[in-house]
Amino acid sequence: MERHFDAELKQLKDLILEMGGCVEKAVEESTQALIERKPERFNRVHELESEINTMHLAVDEACVQLLARQSPLAADLRLVIAVIKINTDLERMGDQAVNIAHNGTHYLKEPALKPLIDIPRMALEVRSMVRDSLDAFVKQDAELAASVLDRDDSVDALKDQIFRELITYMMADPKTVPRAINLILIARNLERLGDHATNIAEDVIFAKTGADVRHGGRLAAKAKV
Amino acid sequence: MIVRDTLASHDFRRKITHHVAMVTLFLMACAAILPLGFVFFYVVEQGAPAINWDFFTKLPAPVGETGGGFANALAGSALLIFMASLIGIPWGVSAGVYLSEYGRGRVAKILRFSIDILASVPSIIVGIFTYAMLVMPLKRFSAIAGAVSLAVIMIPVIARTTEELLKLVPSHIREAGLGLGLPRWKVTLRIVLRGSMNGIMTGVMLAIARVAGETAPLLFTALSNRFWSLKIDQPIASLPVQIYNYAISPYEDWHRQAWAAAFVLVVLVLSLNLTTRLILRRVDGKTR
Amino acid sequence: MSGIVANPYILEVEKLNAWFGQNHAVKAIDLNVVPHTVTALIGPSGCGKSTFLRCLNRLHEEVPGARVSGQVMLQGDNIYDPGKDPVAVRRQIGMVFQKANPFPALSVYGNVAVGLTLAGIRKRSILDEVVERSLRHAALWDEVKDKLKAPGTSLSGGQQQRLCIARALAVSPPVLLMDEPTSALDPISTAKIEELVLELKKEVTVIMVTHNMQQAARVSDWTAFFLLGESVEFAETRKLFTTPQDSRTEQYITGRFG
Repeated sequence: MERHFDAELKQLKDLILEMGGCVEKAVEESTQALIERKPERFNRVHELESEINTMHLAVDEACVQLLARQSPLAADLRLVIAVIKINTDLERMGDQAVNIAHNGTHYLKEPALKPLIDIPRMALEVRSMVRDSLDAFVKQDAELAASVLDRDDSVDALKDQIFRELITYMMADPKTVPRAINLILIARNLERLGDHATNIAEDVIFAKTGADVRHGGRLAAKAKV
Repeated sequence: MIVRDTLASHDFRRKITHHVAMVTLFLMACAAILPLGFVFFYVVEQGAPAINWDFFTKLPAPVGETGGGFANALAGSALLIFMASLIGIPWGVSAGVYLSEYGRGRVAKILRFSIDILASVPSIIVGIFTYAMLVMPLKRFSAIAGAVSLAVIMIPVIARTTEELLKLVPSHIREAGLGLGLPRWKVTLRIVLRGSMNGIMTGVMLAIARVAGETAPLLFTALSNRFWSLKIDQPIASLPVQIYNYAISPYEDWHRQAWAAAFVLVVLVLSLNLTTRLILRRVDGKTR
Repeated sequence: MSGIVANPYILEVEKLNAWFGQNHAVKAIDLNVVPHTVTALIGPSGCGKSTFLRCLNRLHEEVPGARVSGQVMLQGDNIYDPGKDPVAVRRQIGMVFQKANPFPALSVYGNVAVGLTLAGIRKRSILDEVVERSLRHAALWDEVKDKLKAPGTSLSGGQQQRLCIARALAVSPPVLLMDEPTSALDPISTAKIEELVLELKKEVTVIMVTHNMQQAARVSDWTAFFLLGESVEFAETRKLFTTPQDSRTEQYITGRFG
């Protein structure tokens, strides 16, 4: 039986997807601007972020209304709760994209410190994690979500690598410190983006199966899926 | 819109028909009440002036003499009704309880059917039956025979009313009683029956009102008695029989007394019915 | 040997079947009830939950043509043993009905005490104590203590239902069955009775049929979902309403049943 409620749930999902699309775009613009050394692309990031914030408010409002009026149960309940959490993560991701733009603007004011190798790799990996976690949400695919959880480790490893490399630069030549710090901050932003993508994946697994895989419950997630 | 307009165009004709019908029904209702009204007023007109203290206290005077009263008939009727109730009420209520609470299947259907038939047996047949059962073997007319014949008339009325009233008690009341761990008979008697007491009393009163004026059965059983007698194995005077005797007599004075007795009887029956109605309204008001 | 190991269940239902003539209304139900819990029975109309409830206190067999098979163990004792007196069984398992039904022509006091008075207990002191205790347990004492002699039917709908609860509690049954106890009441009375049930489970074990899913979710510890005479799923409430195992349960509780 198709319910009016189902239409409202679909609207909610669509809103999250739209928001996710904006987040993906913002991450793309900010990272590409840095890699291609085109600071004008950073402006787009700011526009996208304000759209993300508007949607952030709308999603929360819609969820409150659904909970108050419909008293959802079972899968519907889990979905609404997951959406509330994913909403928060997406908004934070928007903020991180803006931080990358901010740090990147400062970095691009000066000549390149070194050819960027690891940061583009990190950016690529993080962007695919974001895309896959949102895909998993659309398809309610717990397996896809679990695969996102696995990739977080490699992102963390890349971040550590970048830190080590830049620290050697800074120790060798103090004049490189401002630029190195900016790159370190950007690596940090990318790592946080990866964390948020894993949060989204965990929420998708919860919505689909009811299993709470946060804080080390991942083995359980693998077993369930 | 077409529908609305078509309906509206018939409005005038409909209203005229309505009013004609209303007036006709009203006139017919009046026509139905008219005989009752005539009887009542005639009896009051003839009987009320004849009421005096002697009527209630004196015994019938010797034939031909004026004066005297209906004391023995009043007492006799009272005794007959009392004894008939003693027999008829327990019997009728038990039958009603059985049919309502335990009666399922063919036996109950046959019983119910028989009781309905008994209710419509002409009272004179009841009288003849009692004559054959009690008067002939004992070789005498008696008050007890009269009481029995009246009881036979009362039983189906009381049984039917009791059954109907008990059926009105919703089944979850019984279930609640059973749910408390009470045996079925206790639930029936102490909860269901007790709750319908008002209605059952009403049924009893209606039965009494019915038999108070029965004449035919008494003619074959209690006969009549010109003297004061409250012995149950002897003939006994009663209001309706005495009215009959006096009315067919040639004496003016007796006619007058017969009217007085008729008046008393009508007042009795009327007040029983009115009381019944008032109680029923109170019962209804409570359950609503 | 029973009694050496405490029975974890107060009621164990095994392969319970019930018929109305040829109509197989309840099909091979297995269910175990934990003491001092509230178990809710939910399901669409005609699914057999009320019939099942009535089998638990042997009320079903009072319907002409009704039949029961299987066993129901109350504290280890099968209530359907051939030698068992149904009347005695029903004293152990109380029942409250959908329509509040205080007995007519009995006062508030009389109604609460009726289970005792008609069983032969007449001593005033005992009755006074039981009536007060039961009315307090039913959260009704304060409202009626000054009108114990008033007719049972003079109370409001919600109060009447609490009166019926007090009446059932007066005979101290370990298990209380409730058949949609609040479906005829307004929201405030409903809320009062739900609060009452949560308090009651300290004293008795409650099994409640309800067609209000939110009520089942609020009030019960365990929930059984019935469909077409079968128990489709029986689980702790907190699991059944967040992660039901059976897709039919999921469809029913999310309102997708056609």
